[in-house]
Amino acid sequence: MKKKNILFVVSLVLMTSLAIAGFSSGESTNNAGLTIGDTAAEINLLNVDGNMVSYDDYPDAEGFIVIFTCNTCPYAVASEDRIIALDAEFKDKGYPVIAINPNNPAVQPDDTFELMQAKAEEKGFTFPYLYDKTNTVYAQYGATKTPHVYLLENTDDGRVVRYIGAIDDNVRSASAVKERFLANAVYELLDGKEVTVKETRAIGCSVKQ
Amino acid sequence: MKLIIFTCIFAVLLSCGNSTTENPPDESVAEVVETTGEKSETLSEMRHGIQVYNFAGLDEALLQHKNDTTYVINFWATWCKPCVKEMPYFEKLGKTYAEEKVKVVFVSLDFPDRLEPLVVPFIKKNKLESEVVLLDDDDANYWIPKVSDKWQGAIPATLIYKADDRAFFERSFTYEELEKEVQSILNKS
Repeated sequence: MKKKNILFVVSLVLMTSLAIAGFSSGESTNNAGLTIGDTAAEINLLNVDGNMVSYDDYPDAEGFIVIFTCNTCPYAVASEDRIIALDAEFKDKGYPVIAINPNNPAVQPDDTFELMQAKAEEKGFTFPYLYDKTNTVYAQYGATKTPHVYLLENTDDGRVVRYIGAIDDNVRSASAVKERFLANAVYELLDGKEVTVKETRAIGCSVKQ
Repeated sequence: MKLIIFTCIFAVLLSCGNSTTENPPDESVAEVVETTGEKSETLSEMRHGIQVYNFAGLDEALLQHKNDTTYVINFWATWCKPCVKEMPYFEKLGKTYAEEKVKVVFVSLDFPDRLEPLVVPFIKKNKLESEVVLLDDDDANYWIPKVSDKWQGAIPATLIYKADDRAFFERSFTYEELEKEVQSILNKS
């Protein structure tokens, strides 16, 4: 009985100190939203084709490459062709791309739904490009910039976050990329392995709300 | 209380941002290749009248001073609307605190091929008096945590330091907020 009490107190102290440690680095944006190992909730967002899209619309998927991106951020634009290539590479392997635009068009007029449709048409997007109309999904994920990638794996416990960060190590030029962080992570999941590089950082345009 | 503070900070962060410059996706490849990798090699050269560094060069030239100057290092880009909005506050800070050895440096994260067409005209148009340098280093995953463990990669971001006293902010500033943070570093010594 006593042992149990001590254990309880110890774990309470531990948890409290962890929580404080988390909050005291408050200038960083990492404390809100999903972290590695968390489960991502279902989405239901309007696609540029006029239909609503949910993860459950993909019964055969093994997971999802969720990318928060937008119409005009130089980093997002530089990544467009790479995002299309990722969808081509991984959709048939069970990891389709789901792109979500987190920006509020009232703040960022380049990101209206109509301009998203034009972008998807012009670039020939092969994946859903979703409008986060209620501005809730990006906040749930903790996406702070575009592009910002979350790799989800479907498990019995739900859609588990396995990787967060950049597409690769060179946002400016696809041909100069040395490490494909995201692709490497998907291949590790496909091989039934644990993802080695779980988080990376990249410069991005901050989400506009 | 911490939660409330944190929520406020988060709200401020989310209120940031805007990108107005449309850039073509095909960035100049040749220039990029020569500057990637070689993390130990230092790049420091003048291009179009602006000092250009890779991260090793920037770190050596601007991020590790151990003297009695307080350095205010602001990471920005011409396409980043909240960055552009807060630049006058940094300019004012640099002038107001010049005698107290406060030095403001703007580190542009614009793509290097935007240096001549966008960054140089921007400096002239806005009559920036603080030093402006450009960071030409693609491997952001390598150098972002070296600037600060707290930095997730969004801009504007600002490092304020004097010798070993360092503070990092991934957020926008008003003049008053910026002045407060600089004073807190100045008052430590």
